[in-house]
Amino acid sequence: MNHDIKAGSYLDAPHGIASWLLTKDHKRIALLYLISITVFFIIGGIFAAGIRTELMTPEGDLFTADMYNKVFTLHGVVMIFFFLIPSIPATLGNFLVPIMCGAKDLAFPRINLLSWYLYVAGASLTIGAVALGGVDTGWTFYTPYSSMASNTNVTLAALGVFIAGFSSILTGFNFIVTIHRMRAPGLTWFRMPLFLWAHYATSLVMILGTPVVAITILLVGAERALGFAIFDPRVGGDPVLFQHLFWFYSHPAVYIMILPAMGVISELVAAVSRKQIFGYSFVAYSSLAIAIIGFLVWGHHMFVSSQSIYAGLVFSIITMIVAVPSAVKTFNWTATMYKGSITWDSPTYWVLGFMGLFLIGGLTGLFLGTMGLDVHLHDTYFVVAHFHYIMVGGGVMGFLGGVHFWWPKMTGRIYPETAGKIAAVLVFVGFNLTFFPQFVVGYLGMPRRYHAYPEEFQILNVLSTGGAAVLGAGYLLILAYLVASFFKPRNAPANPWGATGLEWDIPSPPTTFNFEHDPVVTEDAYDYVGRARKAREN
Amino acid sequence: MENPNAPHEHHPALQHHFHSMAQQLEASVLGMWVFLVTEVMFFGGLFMAYILYRSLYPDAWLAGSQELDEFLGGLNTVVLICSSLTMALAVRAAQVGSRKGQIVNLILTIVFGTVFLVVKYFEYAKKFEHHLVPGAHFDPARDPAQQLYFSLYFMMTGVHALHMVVGIGLMLVMLHMAWKGRFSAEYFAPVEISGLYWHFVDIVWIFLFPLLYLIGKHH
Amino acid sequence: MQSSFPLFPQAASSIASEVDLLYFFILAVASFFAVLVSVAVVFFAIKFRRRHADEIGHDIHGSIALELIWSIIPFVLAMVMFFWGADLYFRIARPPADAMDVYVVGKQWMWKVQHPEGVREINELHVPLGRPVRITLGSEDVLHDFYIPAFRVKMDAVPGKLTTLWFTATKTGSYHVFCAEYCGTQHSGMIGQVIVMEPHDYEAWLAGGRSTGTAVQNGEKLFTQLACITCHKTDTSGRGPVLTGVFGSTVQLMDGRQVIVDENYLRESVMNPQAKIVLGYQPIMPTFQGTVSEENLLQLIAYIKTLKATTPESPEGGQ
Repeated sequence: MNHDIKAGSYLDAPHGIASWLLTKDHKRIALLYLISITVFFIIGGIFAAGIRTELMTPEGDLFTADMYNKVFTLHGVVMIFFFLIPSIPATLGNFLVPIMCGAKDLAFPRINLLSWYLYVAGASLTIGAVALGGVDTGWTFYTPYSSMASNTNVTLAALGVFIAGFSSILTGFNFIVTIHRMRAPGLTWFRMPLFLWAHYATSLVMILGTPVVAITILLVGAERALGFAIFDPRVGGDPVLFQHLFWFYSHPAVYIMILPAMGVISELVAAVSRKQIFGYSFVAYSSLAIAIIGFLVWGHHMFVSSQSIYAGLVFSIITMIVAVPSAVKTFNWTATMYKGSITWDSPTYWVLGFMGLFLIGGLTGLFLGTMGLDVHLHDTYFVVAHFHYIMVGGGVMGFLGGVHFWWPKMTGRIYPETAGKIAAVLVFVGFNLTFFPQFVVGYLGMPRRYHAYPEEFQILNVLSTGGAAVLGAGYLLILAYLVASFFKPRNAPANPWGATGLEWDIPSPPTTFNFEHDPVVTEDAYDYVGRARKAREN
Repeated sequence: MENPNAPHEHHPALQHHFHSMAQQLEASVLGMWVFLVTEVMFFGGLFMAYILYRSLYPDAWLAGSQELDEFLGGLNTVVLICSSLTMALAVRAAQVGSRKGQIVNLILTIVFGTVFLVVKYFEYAKKFEHHLVPGAHFDPARDPAQQLYFSLYFMMTGVHALHMVVGIGLMLVMLHMAWKGRFSAEYFAPVEISGLYWHFVDIVWIFLFPLLYLIGKHH
Repeated sequence: MQSSFPLFPQAASSIASEVDLLYFFILAVASFFAVLVSVAVVFFAIKFRRRHADEIGHDIHGSIALELIWSIIPFVLAMVMFFWGADLYFRIARPPADAMDVYVVGKQWMWKVQHPEGVREINELHVPLGRPVRITLGSEDVLHDFYIPAFRVKMDAVPGKLTTLWFTATKTGSYHVFCAEYCGTQHSGMIGQVIVMEPHDYEAWLAGGRSTGTAVQNGEKLFTQLACITCHKTDTSGRGPVLTGVFGSTVQLMDGRQVIVDENYLRESVMNPQAKIVLGYQPIMPTFQGTVSEENLLQLIAYIKTLKATTPESPEGGQ
């Protein structure tokens, strides 16, 4: 098994802390990101554990109300801005986009490193806000609570999010230029792996949406720090304007989290089935459709905000339309498995887990996009359950599936298969146990962000907390065996899954410049049939 | 698709991950355009707020606009247009390899940019004197909705001025590189993309000037 | 009352069962697709499991017909949901003309309720069975949201404007009122009860309540106390527009626009009088921001709404 590839691996040369902290290698930056977002996932997870523990009893007995408000705010801020948004793009994307393009690096390696430093700076400011007493506005920073009423460290936390936003913009910017300008000869748009399509679509959302939330947060900061009046109702300002500007980014931001996961799943479905993706171009175009239509649905967060009911109509109908490309993707993945050659290695478990959870997440979105029903469901636990199914069920399952699939490539190590399968099952079961009861308690009417709640909601909340313990155990198990595998000798072959793709043609782990010779692409993505034919001919 | 025939003699400015200077230039220029798209969206949020509030409070907008000095605003508009011309000439000079042309035009661009900021400083100072800065010291005799106008005035022109400061910083770097004779007909991407940025900042002002200074002036 | 472990909320308003019906329709559609796809992927994963290490899948690339089928069917279903939901929403959003008025103001962290007859309550709302109730909502500080799960209605209380929601209660009993928009420390303590009573019980309750004058009477008092009456006279000799019959009418503004006089326009004209000046008048009215609370404002509006052209002292006020 021990391939003679250690010399020249990107992990080995050059040595030293400085060589990592000043690296311009996209693969090393991906690992820097992977470590940082794992730290923030753990921090966000600790806050989540706090929330679930508090909600085991109807009384607010673990934390004070103010403390609870800070805990759920920080859970949201940390998980969204410092884990989910960078999760797949900044780690797997950073690692794989140049390799899948057949390039030596991203177009702007220094800007890539800058993006990581901006992320660290933004994250540090936000952690600073926590250390100085926290922030209690909810991750949505709604005005006028955030601009006038809250006396917590809103400005500092907002500045952290503002800076982290630029890290996200720079990642998207780098991907767009790389995919346009750095593809290998022969790698036409419709030969690209769907992972690249998904990242291209994601990058569009990053560069078009993020600046809007940046200026919005800056306006809130100006209200707080300089006494300006932008959303202040006392002088005629409109708090609802804030919501429009905020959701203009923050709804598409959900697609920043889910589109890359869809890209990962497209790769995994093809690889575990050893089969061409069914309806490749439909899957590719549906990513773009989701990114573009996704910009026109933000008002569905505001059906009961006093937004015009006619505006609500437009947002509702477009929301229902954006469900279609997601459905198309799901059906195509399913059809890809038909007459495939399906392995039962651990990546398959993640694929199946993703499909199950994303289905529920996507379908429950229909309830919320329907205006008459959303009046009842808005701001209840139904919404909480729905977006966790999308962002954790979809996003994190996709992320973990991708990490398991490409771990041998990134680190040169194989993790224990059985542990991988157990972890996938634990996460799937724990996740459902945590969040499915929240749909029920949400339809019952339990509002989100409640520190104490009426007694009749308790049993469902206890179920949810129990599930969270299982889910947490699953995540810890993954952390344990992945970290442990890193201390074992490198034993991964170049292509452990027998998959197609430029990344599987190079050693595990890759050399610093990825390719010994600049690759020339002569076949479609996922051309298992063509590869088998070639193998026979040779 | 990119041309795989990388030149045998590498230009010193060619980065390792590009095949050719042409590919490197294309990537930089596309990169700057993508960046400018994000800038459009960044200012876009402010313009949305402007559109909403102007339609809600047309009188406050008219009254607020009366307090701005359209002579100084107009002067700054001319100054920026001139700076765009010198910027374009600097790019041209880099493309034809004229070191002197680059240096003269970059210096002129920096001077125009600085003049703009100085004029802006005097305008801001006047707003402070007249209690037109939103917040506790805002003139209580005025319609409170004018606070929205002046908040947006300061945010829009302030963010724009910040972009000017960044632009002048960029021009100083370009001046340094031009001084050292780095640019040539093969390698002028930094000047070209800095120029794109500079023109963008000018264009933002071309929108800000009429929207803020000239309300009701056509009567 | 609720059982100790409910799995489905009570339905106690005229709209609730309609909302539930749509819910079950979407639930049925969603369950069908969830089961269809889940069963398919698990079945395929078992049926087509890899038999030997070098095996590859069949050479299948796609099918335009299938793509069309699974684009069009979800699209059609989604449109059914959209139209059904939109129709329902319009009925939830538009109160019937004969609805009785109740005024509710949210403030950190309580709900202040005023009945037109003058009875006030905090965190409790008594309403009669079977009669449409229209709630006009205001906020004194930050965003709140008035939510009655058993009625399937909610609406944000937005500082700086007035919003409305309405319902017809169909079952007596008491039901939760939640604040559903995060509003700070005691957000989860900003809860109350809506108590649905038989109409005669409601009348008895009203009569026994501590009335401090009807909303209209209080508004009329404020109209004098705040000296509104010195400018807004009943004839055209005043410096401000005549308010008789103004509610619901369309007025011409100085800048050429027209506005329909509704609650929000009246509110803005008190709090920010410079915003929309009626044609022919000077912008001389001072702002009452900080002087008039949201509750007082609702009383003033209640009073102005009664100023009808024919009978300035409307009999409605006496009810």
